[in-house]
Amino acid sequence: MASAVEIRDLVVERGTQEVLHSVSAEIRSGLVTGLLGPSGAGKTTLMRAIVGVQLVKSGQVTVLGRPAGSPELRRTMGYLTQSPSVYSDLTVRENVRYFASLYGLGADETDRTIVDVGLEDQARQLVSTLSGGQRSRASLACALVGQPEVIVLDEPTVGQDPVLRDELWRRFRKLAEDGATLVVSSHVMDEANRCDRLLLIRDGSIIADDTPAAVKQAAGTDDLDEAFLRLVRGQGAVDQ
Amino acid sequence: MMSVRILASTTERILRQLLHDRRTIALMLVVPIVLLSLLYFMYEDQPVVFNRIALIMLGVFPFTIMFLLTSIAVLRERTSGTLERLFTTPMGKLDLLFACGIAFGLAAAFQAAVTAALAYLLLDLDTAGSAGWVILIAVTNAVLGVALGLFFSAFARTEFQAVQFMPVVVLPQVLLSGLFVARDQMAGWLEAISNVFPMTYAVGALMEVGANSETTATMWRDLGIVVGVVALALILGAATLRRRTP
Repeated sequence: MASAVEIRDLVVERGTQEVLHSVSAEIRSGLVTGLLGPSGAGKTTLMRAIVGVQLVKSGQVTVLGRPAGSPELRRTMGYLTQSPSVYSDLTVRENVRYFASLYGLGADETDRTIVDVGLEDQARQLVSTLSGGQRSRASLACALVGQPEVIVLDEPTVGQDPVLRDELWRRFRKLAEDGATLVVSSHVMDEANRCDRLLLIRDGSIIADDTPAAVKQAAGTDDLDEAFLRLVRGQGAVDQ
Repeated sequence: MMSVRILASTTERILRQLLHDRRTIALMLVVPIVLLSLLYFMYEDQPVVFNRIALIMLGVFPFTIMFLLTSIAVLRERTSGTLERLFTTPMGKLDLLFACGIAFGLAAAFQAAVTAALAYLLLDLDTAGSAGWVILIAVTNAVLGVALGLFFSAFARTEFQAVQFMPVVVLPQVLLSGLFVARDQMAGWLEAISNVFPMTYAVGALMEVGANSETTATMWRDLGIVVGVVALALILGAATLRRRTP
Protein backbone atom coordinates (compact mmCIF):
# COMPACT_ATOMS: atom_id res chain seq x y z
CA MET A 1 0.00 0.00 0.00
CA ALA A 2 1.24 3.50 -0.82
CA SER A 3 2.48 5.66 2.01
CA ALA A 4 0.99 9.10 2.59
CA VAL A 5 3.74 10.25 4.92
CA GLU A 6 7.40 9.27 4.83
CA ILE A 7 9.74 10.22 7.63
CA ARG A 8 13.48 9.73 7.08
CA ASP A 9 16.10 10.15 9.81
CA LEU A 10 14.19 12.98 11.46
CA VAL A 11 16.13 14.74 14.22
CA VAL A 12 14.46 17.50 16.24
CA GLU A 13 16.06 19.54 18.99
CA ARG A 14 14.19 21.72 21.44
CA GLY A 15 16.54 23.96 23.37
CA THR A 16 19.61 21.85 24.06
CA GLN A 17 17.68 18.58 24.18
CA GLU A 18 17.24 16.25 21.27
CA VAL A 19 13.60 15.16 21.41
CA LEU A 20 13.47 13.00 18.27
CA HIS A 21 16.48 10.80 17.51
CA SER A 22 16.73 9.92 13.85
CA VAL A 23 13.14 8.77 13.53
CA SER A 24 12.14 6.93 10.34
CA ALA A 25 8.61 5.71 9.66
CA GLU A 26 5.98 5.42 6.98
CA ILE A 27 2.33 6.22 7.43
CA ARG A 28 0.17 4.32 5.00
CA SER A 29 -2.42 6.00 2.93
CA GLY A 30 -6.11 5.46 3.69
CA LEU A 31 -5.53 3.98 7.15
CA VAL A 32 -5.89 5.15 10.73
CA THR A 33 -2.47 5.14 12.36
CA GLY A 34 -2.31 5.47 16.12
CA LEU A 35 0.64 7.32 17.64
CA LEU A 36 1.18 6.10 21.18
CA GLY A 37 3.74 6.64 23.87
CA PRO A 38 4.28 8.09 27.33
CA SER A 39 3.83 11.83 27.68
CA GLY A 40 7.00 13.66 26.72
CA ALA A 41 7.98 10.86 24.30
CA GLY A 42 7.79 13.17 21.27
CA LYS A 43 4.31 12.47 19.87
CA THR A 44 3.32 16.12 19.49
CA THR A 45 6.74 17.03 18.04
CA LEU A 46 6.41 14.29 15.43
CA MET A 47 2.90 15.48 14.52
CA ARG A 48 4.10 19.09 14.25
CA ALA A 49 6.86 17.92 11.91
CA ILE A 50 4.27 16.16 9.71
CA VAL A 51 2.12 19.28 9.39
CA GLY A 52 5.25 21.36 8.78
CA VAL A 53 5.30 23.78 11.71
CA GLN A 54 8.20 22.15 13.58
CA LEU A 55 11.75 23.42 13.09
CA VAL A 56 13.78 20.30 12.38
CA LYS A 57 17.52 19.82 12.73
CA SER A 58 17.93 17.20 10.02
CA GLY A 59 16.08 14.54 8.10
CA GLN A 60 13.09 14.67 5.75
CA VAL A 61 9.36 14.49 6.16
CA THR A 62 7.44 13.94 2.92
CA VAL A 63 3.66 14.18 2.74
CA LEU A 64 1.88 13.02 -0.43
CA GLY A 65 5.21 13.23 -2.24
CA ARG A 66 6.00 16.80 -1.21
CA PRO A 67 8.16 18.19 1.61
CA ALA A 68 6.05 18.71 4.77
CA GLY A 69 4.76 22.27 5.04
CA SER A 70 4.77 22.93 1.26
CA PRO A 71 2.20 25.53 0.19
CA GLU A 72 0.44 22.92 -2.01
CA LEU A 73 -0.06 20.68 1.02
CA ARG A 74 -1.79 23.33 3.08
CA ARG A 75 -5.13 22.82 1.35
CA THR A 76 -5.01 19.08 1.96
CA MET A 77 -3.97 18.88 5.63
CA GLY A 78 -6.17 18.94 8.70
CA TYR A 79 -4.46 19.49 12.05
CA LEU A 80 -5.91 19.35 15.55
CA THR A 81 -3.52 20.76 18.15
CA GLN A 82 -3.41 19.19 21.58
CA SER A 83 -4.91 22.15 23.41
CA PRO A 84 -7.92 23.52 21.52
CA SER A 85 -6.87 26.25 19.10
CA VAL A 86 -10.08 28.11 18.42
CA TYR A 87 -11.04 31.72 19.03
CA SER A 88 -12.75 31.74 22.43
CA ASP A 89 -14.36 35.13 21.72
CA LEU A 90 -16.22 33.79 18.66
CA THR A 91 -19.14 31.37 18.47
CA VAL A 92 -18.62 27.75 17.36
CA ARG A 93 -20.19 28.54 14.01
CA GLU A 94 -18.10 31.67 13.47
CA ASN A 95 -14.94 29.66 14.20
CA VAL A 96 -15.78 26.80 11.84
CA ARG A 97 -17.03 29.20 9.19
CA TYR A 98 -13.75 31.10 9.34
CA PHE A 99 -11.61 28.00 8.92
CA ALA A 100 -13.94 26.81 6.12
CA SER A 101 -13.45 30.13 4.34
CA LEU A 102 -9.67 29.62 4.33
CA TYR A 103 -10.30 26.59 2.08
CA GLY A 104 -12.86 28.45 -0.01
CA LEU A 105 -15.79 26.57 1.56
CA GLY A 106 -19.04 28.04 2.76
CA ALA A 107 -22.01 27.64 5.08
CA ASP A 108 -23.09 24.14 3.97
CA GLU A 109 -19.73 22.58 4.78
CA THR A 110 -19.63 24.56 8.05
CA ASP A 111 -23.00 23.27 9.25
CA ARG A 112 -22.30 19.69 8.16
CA THR A 113 -19.02 19.60 10.09
CA ILE A 114 -20.61 21.06 13.22
CA VAL A 115 -23.20 18.26 13.11
CA ASP A 116 -20.43 15.71 12.58
CA VAL A 117 -18.76 16.64 15.87
CA GLY A 118 -22.12 16.84 17.68
CA LEU A 119 -22.11 20.57 18.42
CA GLU A 120 -25.26 21.59 16.53
CA ASP A 121 -26.97 22.68 19.77
CA GLN A 122 -23.98 24.83 20.73
CA ALA A 123 -23.35 26.33 17.28
CA ARG A 124 -24.40 29.83 18.34
CA GLN A 125 -22.62 29.72 21.67
CA LEU A 126 -19.35 31.56 22.33
CA VAL A 127 -16.48 29.08 22.63
CA SER A 128 -15.49 30.64 25.97
CA THR A 129 -18.79 29.41 27.44
CA LEU A 130 -18.31 25.77 26.36
CA SER A 131 -17.15 22.86 28.52
CA GLY A 132 -13.63 21.50 27.96
CA GLY A 133 -14.86 18.57 25.90
CA GLN A 134 -17.11 20.77 23.76
CA ARG A 135 -14.27 23.19 23.18
CA SER A 136 -11.97 20.47 21.90
CA ARG A 137 -14.77 19.26 19.58
CA ALA A 138 -15.08 22.82 18.26
CA SER A 139 -11.35 22.70 17.55
CA LEU A 140 -11.82 19.28 15.89
CA ALA A 141 -14.53 20.71 13.63
CA CYS A 142 -12.07 23.41 12.49
CA ALA A 143 -9.48 20.70 11.71
CA LEU A 144 -11.92 18.56 9.70
CA VAL A 145 -13.79 21.29 7.84
CA GLY A 146 -11.65 21.45 4.70
CA GLN A 147 -12.22 17.78 3.75
CA PRO A 148 -8.47 17.20 4.16
CA GLU A 149 -6.68 14.21 2.67
CA VAL A 150 -4.21 13.92 5.53
CA ILE A 151 -5.62 14.45 9.01
CA VAL A 152 -3.32 14.81 12.01
CA LEU A 153 -5.15 14.71 15.34
CA ASP A 154 -3.30 15.30 18.60
CA GLU A 155 -5.36 13.60 21.33
CA PRO A 156 -8.78 14.27 19.80
CA THR A 157 -10.83 12.37 22.38
CA VAL A 158 -9.41 13.74 25.63
CA GLY A 159 -12.21 14.91 27.91
CA GLN A 160 -14.98 13.23 25.87
CA ASP A 161 -17.46 10.79 27.43
CA PRO A 162 -17.49 7.16 26.20
CA VAL A 163 -20.52 7.67 23.92
CA LEU A 164 -18.99 10.67 22.17
CA ARG A 165 -15.62 8.97 22.00
CA ASP A 166 -17.23 6.04 20.21
CA GLU A 167 -19.02 8.38 17.80
CA LEU A 168 -15.82 10.27 17.04
CA TRP A 169 -13.95 7.04 16.31
CA ARG A 170 -16.74 5.92 13.96
CA ARG A 171 -16.33 9.27 12.27
CA PHE A 172 -12.55 8.81 11.94
CA ARG A 173 -13.15 5.31 10.50
CA LYS A 174 -15.61 6.76 7.97
CA LEU A 175 -13.07 9.40 6.93
CA ALA A 176 -10.47 6.69 6.34
CA GLU A 177 -12.99 4.62 4.35
CA ASP A 178 -13.58 7.69 2.19
CA GLY A 179 -9.85 7.76 1.43
CA ALA A 180 -8.33 10.07 4.05
CA THR A 181 -5.15 9.20 5.93
CA LEU A 182 -5.37 9.71 9.68
CA VAL A 183 -2.67 10.02 12.32
CA VAL A 184 -4.18 10.03 15.79
CA SER A 185 -2.27 10.29 19.05
CA SER A 186 -3.81 8.85 22.17
CA HIS A 187 -3.18 7.62 25.67
CA VAL A 188 -6.17 5.31 25.75
CA MET A 189 -5.53 1.70 24.81
CA ASP A 190 -9.05 0.76 23.75
CA GLU A 191 -8.59 3.49 21.13
CA ALA A 192 -5.33 1.91 19.98
CA ASN A 193 -7.33 -1.24 19.28
CA ARG A 194 -9.43 0.70 16.79
CA CYS A 195 -6.40 1.75 14.72
CA ASP A 196 -5.17 -0.08 11.63
CA ARG A 197 -1.53 0.51 12.52
CA LEU A 198 0.29 1.60 15.63
CA LEU A 199 3.44 3.64 16.03
CA LEU A 200 4.85 3.32 19.53
CA ILE A 201 7.25 6.06 20.49
CA ARG A 202 9.43 6.20 23.58
CA ASP A 203 12.07 8.82 24.46
CA GLY A 204 12.10 10.15 20.92
CA SER A 205 12.52 6.81 19.16
CA ILE A 206 10.03 4.51 17.47
CA ILE A 207 9.92 1.20 19.35
CA ALA A 208 7.13 -0.50 17.42
CA ASP A 209 5.48 0.02 14.03
CA ASP A 210 2.88 -2.63 13.33
CA THR A 211 -0.79 -3.65 13.50
CA PRO A 212 -2.36 -3.78 16.97
CA ALA A 213 -2.46 -7.59 16.76
CA ALA A 214 1.22 -7.85 15.87
CA VAL A 215 2.16 -5.42 18.64
CA LYS A 216 0.32 -7.61 21.15
CA GLN A 217 2.00 -10.71 19.78
CA ALA A 218 5.45 -9.12 19.95
CA ALA A 219 4.85 -8.24 23.58
CA GLY A 220 3.53 -11.71 24.32
CA THR A 221 0.13 -10.66 25.66
CA ASP A 222 -3.48 -10.32 24.48
CA ASP A 223 -3.95 -7.16 26.41
CA LEU A 224 -2.87 -4.00 24.57
CA ASP A 225 -2.49 -2.08 27.83
CA GLU A 226 -0.08 -4.72 29.09
CA ALA A 227 1.68 -4.88 25.70
CA PHE A 228 2.17 -1.14 25.80
CA LEU A 229 3.63 -1.26 29.32
CA ARG A 230 5.99 -4.11 28.43
CA LEU A 231 7.23 -2.42 25.27
CA VAL A 232 7.68 0.96 26.94
CA ARG A 233 9.61 -0.66 29.79
CA GLY A 234 11.68 -2.47 27.19
CA GLN A 235 10.65 -6.00 28.16
CA GLY A 236 8.98 -7.44 25.06
CA ALA A 237 8.55 -11.18 24.54
CA VAL A 238 11.97 -11.35 22.91
CA ASP A 239 13.70 -10.12 26.06
CA GLN A 240 11.98 -12.55 28.36
CA MET B 1 1.01 34.51 -1.86
CA MET B 2 -1.99 36.66 -0.91
CA SER B 3 -5.61 35.81 -1.44
CA VAL B 4 -8.39 38.39 -1.49
CA ARG B 5 -10.87 35.82 -0.17
CA ILE B 6 -8.68 34.89 2.82
CA LEU B 7 -7.81 38.54 3.47
CA ALA B 8 -11.52 39.43 3.52
CA SER B 9 -12.58 36.56 5.74
CA THR B 10 -9.70 37.16 8.17
CA THR B 11 -10.58 40.87 8.39
CA GLU B 12 -14.19 39.89 9.06
CA ARG B 13 -13.11 37.39 11.73
CA ILE B 14 -11.02 40.01 13.60
CA LEU B 15 -13.88 42.54 13.44
CA ARG B 16 -16.33 39.90 14.73
CA GLN B 17 -14.02 39.19 17.66
CA LEU B 18 -13.97 42.91 18.42
CA LEU B 19 -17.77 43.21 18.07
CA HIS B 20 -18.32 40.39 20.57
CA ASP B 21 -16.30 42.42 23.06
CA ARG B 22 -18.75 45.22 23.82
CA ARG B 23 -16.80 46.48 26.79
CA THR B 24 -13.67 47.06 24.71
CA ILE B 25 -15.69 48.97 22.12
CA ALA B 26 -17.24 51.12 24.83
CA LEU B 27 -13.82 51.86 26.33
CA MET B 28 -12.38 52.63 22.89
CA LEU B 29 -15.06 55.24 22.27
CA VAL B 30 -15.64 56.67 25.73
CA VAL B 31 -12.11 57.01 27.11
CA PRO B 32 -10.80 59.49 24.50
CA ILE B 33 -13.94 61.58 24.86
CA VAL B 34 -13.69 61.70 28.65
CA LEU B 35 -10.00 62.60 28.52
CA LEU B 36 -10.56 65.33 25.92
CA SER B 37 -13.39 66.73 28.05
CA LEU B 38 -11.05 66.85 31.05
CA LEU B 39 -8.53 68.80 28.98
CA TYR B 40 -11.29 71.10 27.80
CA PHE B 41 -12.22 72.07 31.36
CA MET B 42 -8.57 72.27 32.46
CA TYR B 43 -7.86 74.84 29.74
CA GLU B 44 -11.26 76.51 29.71
CA ASP B 45 -9.68 79.99 29.63
CA GLN B 46 -6.85 79.10 27.25
CA PRO B 47 -8.46 77.98 23.99
CA VAL B 48 -5.15 78.24 22.09
CA VAL B 49 -3.47 75.77 24.44
CA PHE B 50 -6.49 73.47 24.36
CA ASN B 51 -6.50 73.51 20.56
CA ARG B 52 -2.85 72.46 20.41
CA ILE B 53 -3.13 69.72 23.06
CA ALA B 54 -6.46 68.36 21.78
CA LEU B 55 -5.06 68.12 18.26
CA ILE B 56 -2.02 66.18 19.52
CA MET B 57 -4.26 63.91 21.56
CA LEU B 58 -6.40 63.15 18.49
CA GLY B 59 -3.23 61.60 17.08
CA VAL B 60 -2.08 59.97 20.31
CA PHE B 61 -5.30 58.13 21.25
CA PRO B 62 -5.68 55.96 18.15
CA PHE B 63 -1.97 55.13 18.15
CA THR B 64 -1.96 54.08 21.80
CA ILE B 65 -5.20 52.12 21.74
CA MET B 66 -4.48 50.28 18.50
CA PHE B 67 -0.95 49.46 19.67
CA LEU B 68 -2.44 47.82 22.77
CA LEU B 69 -5.27 46.03 20.98
CA THR B 70 -3.03 44.64 18.26
CA SER B 71 -0.18 43.55 20.49
CA ILE B 72 -2.57 41.66 22.77
CA ALA B 73 -4.64 40.21 19.89
CA VAL B 74 -1.56 38.96 18.02
CA LEU B 75 0.04 37.68 21.22
CA ARG B 76 -3.13 35.66 21.81
CA GLU B 77 -2.87 34.21 18.31
CA ARG B 78 0.72 33.26 19.03
CA THR B 79 0.08 31.71 22.46
CA SER B 80 -3.35 30.10 21.94
CA GLY B 81 -2.13 27.93 19.07
CA THR B 82 -4.42 29.56 16.50
CA LEU B 83 -1.43 31.11 14.70
CA GLU B 84 0.19 27.68 14.38
CA ARG B 85 -3.14 26.30 13.14
CA LEU B 86 -3.49 29.11 10.59
CA PHE B 87 -0.01 28.36 9.25
CA THR B 88 -1.14 24.81 8.37
CA THR B 89 -3.94 26.30 6.21
CA PRO B 90 -3.60 28.13 2.87
CA MET B 91 -3.38 31.45 4.73
CA GLY B 92 -0.28 33.54 3.95
CA LYS B 93 1.58 35.80 6.37
CA LEU B 94 0.62 38.88 4.38
CA ASP B 95 -3.07 37.91 4.56
CA LEU B 96 -2.90 37.97 8.35
CA LEU B 97 -0.77 41.11 8.46
CA PHE B 98 -3.00 43.14 6.18
CA ALA B 99 -6.18 41.77 7.76
CA CYS B 100 -4.96 43.05 11.15
CA GLY B 101 -4.13 46.41 9.61
CA ILE B 102 -7.48 46.75 7.83
CA ALA B 103 -9.66 45.49 10.71
CA PHE B 104 -8.04 47.58 13.41
CA GLY B 105 -7.66 50.47 10.96
CA LEU B 106 -11.45 50.44 10.41
CA ALA B 107 -12.03 50.36 14.16
CA ALA B 108 -9.61 53.27 14.52
CA ALA B 109 -11.32 55.25 11.76
CA PHE B 110 -14.62 54.88 13.58
CA GLN B 111 -13.03 55.91 16.87
CA ALA B 112 -11.21 58.88 15.34
CA ALA B 113 -14.37 60.09 13.58
CA VAL B 114 -16.44 59.92 16.78
CA THR B 115 -13.75 61.61 18.89
CA ALA B 116 -13.05 64.31 16.32
CA ALA B 117 -16.76 65.01 15.82
CA LEU B 118 -17.20 65.52 19.54
CA ALA B 119 -14.07 67.67 19.80
CA TYR B 120 -15.21 69.95 16.96
CA LEU B 121 -18.90 70.15 17.84
CA LEU B 122 -18.94 70.17 21.65
CA LEU B 123 -15.44 71.15 22.76
CA ASP B 124 -14.96 74.01 20.27
CA LEU B 125 -11.85 72.54 18.71
CA ASP B 126 -10.72 74.88 15.97
CA THR B 127 -8.32 74.04 13.15
CA ALA B 128 -7.48 76.10 10.10
CA GLY B 129 -7.44 72.94 7.95
CA SER B 130 -10.32 70.52 7.51
CA ALA B 131 -11.44 67.89 10.00
CA GLY B 132 -11.11 65.28 7.24
CA TRP B 133 -7.32 65.69 7.26
CA VAL B 134 -7.24 65.41 11.05
CA ILE B 135 -9.16 62.13 10.86
CA LEU B 136 -6.99 60.81 8.03
CA ILE B 137 -3.80 61.52 9.99
CA ALA B 138 -5.36 59.98 13.11
CA VAL B 139 -6.17 56.80 11.17
CA THR B 140 -2.65 56.67 9.71
CA ASN B 141 -1.39 56.94 13.26
CA ALA B 142 -3.70 54.09 14.32
CA VAL B 143 -2.29 51.89 11.56
CA LEU B 144 1.18 52.81 12.82
CA GLY B 145 0.05 51.53 16.24
CA VAL B 146 -1.20 48.30 14.61
CA ALA B 147 2.11 47.75 12.80
CA LEU B 148 4.27 48.44 15.86
CA GLY B 149 1.94 46.37 18.08
CA LEU B 150 2.28 43.44 15.73
CA PHE B 151 6.06 43.74 15.77
CA PHE B 152 6.41 44.14 19.54
CA SER B 153 4.03 41.27 20.30
CA ALA B 154 6.87 38.99 19.19
CA PHE B 155 8.92 40.08 22.21
CA ALA B 156 6.26 39.35 24.82
CA ARG B 157 5.45 35.91 26.12
CA THR B 158 2.50 36.88 28.29
CA GLU B 159 -0.20 39.52 28.23
CA PHE B 160 1.43 41.03 31.34
CA GLN B 161 4.57 41.68 29.35
CA ALA B 162 2.70 42.89 26.28
CA VAL B 163 0.82 45.52 28.28
CA GLN B 164 4.12 46.84 29.62
CA PHE B 165 5.44 47.51 26.14
CA MET B 166 2.81 50.24 25.93
CA PRO B 167 4.63 52.74 28.23
CA VAL B 168 7.96 51.70 26.68
CA VAL B 169 6.88 52.30 23.08
CA VAL B 170 4.19 54.94 23.42
CA LEU B 171 5.12 57.28 26.30
CA PRO B 172 8.58 58.44 25.14
CA GLN B 173 7.15 59.22 21.73
CA VAL B 174 4.31 61.26 23.24
CA LEU B 175 6.60 63.09 25.69
CA LEU B 176 9.03 64.13 22.97
CA SER B 177 6.44 64.88 20.30
CA GLY B 178 6.07 68.51 21.36
CA LEU B 179 3.18 68.02 23.75
CA PHE B 180 4.89 69.62 26.79
CA VAL B 181 7.91 71.38 25.30
CA ALA B 182 8.17 72.50 21.69
CA ARG B 183 10.77 70.38 19.93
CA ASP B 184 12.98 73.31 18.95
CA GLN B 185 13.24 74.32 22.62
CA MET B 186 14.46 70.90 23.76
CA ALA B 187 18.08 70.01 24.44
CA GLY B 188 19.77 69.04 21.18
CA TRP B 189 20.06 65.35 22.08
CA LEU B 190 16.38 65.15 23.03
CA GLU B 191 15.41 66.73 19.74
CA ALA B 192 17.69 64.24 17.96
CA ILE B 193 15.83 61.36 19.66
CA SER B 194 12.48 62.86 18.79
CA ASN B 195 13.65 63.08 15.15
CA VAL B 196 13.64 59.28 14.89
CA PHE B 197 10.23 58.79 16.53
CA PRO B 198 7.37 58.43 14.02
CA MET B 199 4.93 60.07 16.45
CA THR B 200 6.89 63.32 16.02
CA TYR B 201 5.92 63.43 12.36
CA ALA B 202 2.30 62.45 13.02
CA VAL B 203 2.01 65.33 15.48
CA GLY B 204 3.88 67.58 13.04
CA ALA B 205 1.35 66.80 10.31
CA LEU B 206 -1.55 67.50 12.68
CA MET B 207 0.00 70.85 13.64
CA GLU B 208 0.23 71.77 9.96
CA VAL B 209 -3.48 71.05 9.54
CA GLY B 210 -4.16 73.10 12.67
CA ALA B 211 -2.29 76.14 11.35
CA ASN B 212 -2.98 76.13 7.61
CA SER B 213 -6.24 76.06 5.67
CA GLU B 214 -4.56 74.35 2.71
CA THR B 215 -2.35 71.25 2.76
CA THR B 216 1.34 72.13 3.08
CA ALA B 217 4.51 70.48 1.82
CA THR B 218 5.55 69.86 5.43
CA MET B 219 2.28 68.03 6.11
CA TRP B 220 2.78 65.79 3.09
CA ARG B 221 6.39 65.11 4.07
CA ASP B 222 5.43 64.25 7.66
CA LEU B 223 2.53 62.06 6.57
CA GLY B 224 4.81 60.34 4.07
CA ILE B 225 7.35 59.58 6.80
CA VAL B 226 4.63 58.02 8.99
CA VAL B 227 3.40 55.88 6.09
CA GLY B 228 7.01 54.81 5.43
CA VAL B 229 7.47 53.76 9.06
CA VAL B 230 4.17 51.82 8.86
CA ALA B 231 5.49 49.90 5.85
CA LEU B 232 8.82 49.25 7.59
CA ALA B 233 7.13 48.07 10.81
CA LEU B 234 4.83 45.75 8.81
CA ILE B 235 7.84 44.19 7.07
CA LEU B 236 9.57 43.72 10.43
CA GLY B 237 6.29 42.36 11.84
CA ALA B 238 6.09 39.84 8.98
CA ALA B 239 9.58 38.66 9.86
CA THR B 240 8.40 37.83 13.39
CA LEU B 241 5.62 35.57 12.12
CA ARG B 242 7.34 32.22 11.79
CA ARG B 243 5.66 29.28 10.15
CA ARG B 244 8.07 26.85 11.76
CA THR B 245 8.86 27.23 15.43
CA PRO B 246 11.12 25.23 17.80
